[in-house]
Amino acid sequence: MMESRSDQMIKPGSERNLTGAEILLKALAEENVELIFGYPGGAVLPLYDALLQSPIRHVLVRHEQAAAHAADGYARVSGKPGVCLATSGPGATNLVTGIANAYMDSVPLVVLTGQVPTTLLGTDSFQEVDITGITMPITKHSYLVKDVRDIPRIVKEAFYIAGSGRPGPVAIDLPKDVQAATAVPETASLNLKSYKVFGKGNAGQIMEAAKAIRTSKRPVLYAGGGVISAGADGALRELCRKTGLPVVTTLMGIGSLPHGHPNLLGMVGMHGTVTANYAVDDCDLLIAVGVRFDDRVTSGLGHRFATKAKVIHIDIDPAEIGKVVRANIPIVGDARQILEDIRERAEPPEIADWWRQIRLWQESHPLNYAQTDLSPQLIMETIGELAGETTVVATDVGQHQMWAAQFYPVQRSRHFLTSSGLGAMGFGLPAAIGAQLARPEALVFLIVGDGGFQMTMQELATIVQYRLPVKIALLNNGVLGMVRQLQGVFCGERFSEIQLHANPDFLKIAEAYGILGIRVKTAADVEKAVQKALAHQGPVLMDFLISADEWVWPMVPPGKAITEMLGR
Amino acid sequence: MKHTLAVLVENRPGVLTHISGLISRRAFNIESIAAGYTEEAETTRITIVVEADDMELEQVVNQLSKLVDVIKITDLTGIDGIHRELALIKVKASSETRSDIVDIVDIFRAKIVDVNRETMVIELTGEETKIDALCEVLADHGIIEIVRTGKVALSRGPVPAKDL
Repeated sequence: MMESRSDQMIKPGSERNLTGAEILLKALAEENVELIFGYPGGAVLPLYDALLQSPIRHVLVRHEQAAAHAADGYARVSGKPGVCLATSGPGATNLVTGIANAYMDSVPLVVLTGQVPTTLLGTDSFQEVDITGITMPITKHSYLVKDVRDIPRIVKEAFYIAGSGRPGPVAIDLPKDVQAATAVPETASLNLKSYKVFGKGNAGQIMEAAKAIRTSKRPVLYAGGGVISAGADGALRELCRKTGLPVVTTLMGIGSLPHGHPNLLGMVGMHGTVTANYAVDDCDLLIAVGVRFDDRVTSGLGHRFATKAKVIHIDIDPAEIGKVVRANIPIVGDARQILEDIRERAEPPEIADWWRQIRLWQESHPLNYAQTDLSPQLIMETIGELAGETTVVATDVGQHQMWAAQFYPVQRSRHFLTSSGLGAMGFGLPAAIGAQLARPEALVFLIVGDGGFQMTMQELATIVQYRLPVKIALLNNGVLGMVRQLQGVFCGERFSEIQLHANPDFLKIAEAYGILGIRVKTAADVEKAVQKALAHQGPVLMDFLISADEWVWPMVPPGKAITEMLGR
Repeated sequence: MKHTLAVLVENRPGVLTHISGLISRRAFNIESIAAGYTEEAETTRITIVVEADDMELEQVVNQLSKLVDVIKITDLTGIDGIHRELALIKVKASSETRSDIVDIVDIFRAKIVDVNRETMVIELTGEETKIDALCEVLADHGIIEIVRTGKVALSRGPVPAKDL
């Protein structure tokens, strides 16, 4: 074992000495970590050795990308930082997609990687990569630990940074000799004089916002993932009750108001509802809460977005204010506190005419779909109806994701998990694993396409190994449907490399893992299949054979204003 | 317009990489960046000159402020202060042209810090425009190479940037 400098500084013979690995696990336990998603390797041998004596449970995934996504799913459901662990080099680089995904969607993760011994750092040694360098643009902060005595402080800071303010991933890179070095663990305290977390919003701005709401004629509240991560869904409901504001959500904001809530106009943006897009375009006051005016909402046209509106922008991250759209009333702070404070001061605006207009749009442009042999939208509705409102739904990325966003009746916050900002195919299955481990008693449904499923399909083994009763709805059309749709609209139906010709028989795949498989070919069989899946104790894979010609409507082509929807 | 930012950061490994990485990936337009130790052992001060309109400047400041190691950012642009850059200029200087160059150096209150048979090295501290002007005049003699530090700036009066 490599000898470290810090090793020599600790007086020998002290019985309370622990190894860096033991100190790390102790520090994790102090942060109430119950679960780590990981994959072992050479540079984390001391850590895995110490894990044997630790109360922390380790979940062995089959690819490190899944460890990061599963930790992400765990965090989205529980609200606590998810923890993943990988070895140096390829283990660390395999985490990168998962870290980027969590960064884009502001999900708290603590990412632990092994590293070559400090004496070999920078020498291109076996399985060495500069992972703190690689992940710098996709982490909130990162640490390369060089002294075993820093571990307690670094772990404490990492969890605080990951979970506070705008959440995000924090990486800790642990050289092998630091894991093996010994020290007397000391109680750590935070040393973050330059890190600021915003709490209450500015009182004057809140008064301004309340006044703007009272005098507005056509207000819309635009709710994003920040509402959910701040736990502000209750505050949002109360504000709606008091003021009667219409609400649109982003993909990340789904669940902030229950599906079917009278004030909810649906999702806004590229595949949003016509009503939501018209309302945002026509509103005179846009109350943006925990959103970042992403280009999938604004079509990348900040200057043509809600042009008639005064904008109130509420966000915990001051850098989001004015990044895309100029805010008239910026309020930096915690969304829950700010919404509560606004509600206290707000009075209902006179918006009966506005609601009449909105109801007209809803009547003339309802979200509907063609009844085909097996409409994917019907599958979403049926699962939603039968699975009940406490079900956690994870999706992958593509057409099925948008159908789920449009038609699955999500009732609660933290119950809809989807890769929004990064749009990372392969997210769904590992995220469902994380969700099921966070909420063992809950029903977890995965909605996934045949393309994304095959990116992390190996995790079926993880499901079986840990007896996770995840129900998988595979929307199998034999193509990369969303790309096919884009090629259909923008490339004159010149379809390029979207055929998945050699798809396996997914029921045989399920069978190979000992998972119950159900094939569904017609609309008439959907209900029966879902009921059978729900009645089954263990995991189920439902293979829905849908047509490649099912498209997601409506659709705002990139570069067009949100009122210029196709298929409305 | 050009803005001069004083960025106080924790003196930790990788902090400069964090700052320069953020600047490049967010496509901010940086003219110069100069870093060095300060009166406090744990603090590094980085002077950044950025070309930005008001909205872009706000983004630069807000994004940089989010970095965990950034303590404080002060915009010194509108503030009465001393703005300096140091340049070393290696210029061709034969026995015939040497006295001409010495005259120029005197006018600019620059210093000659190295002389040999063929060249001289001139050191000048001053505002950017003054250095530009000297370089322009010396260009007639043939400049071999120039190195400039990038601007550093300090406000006048008793209040330090961290309290501004």
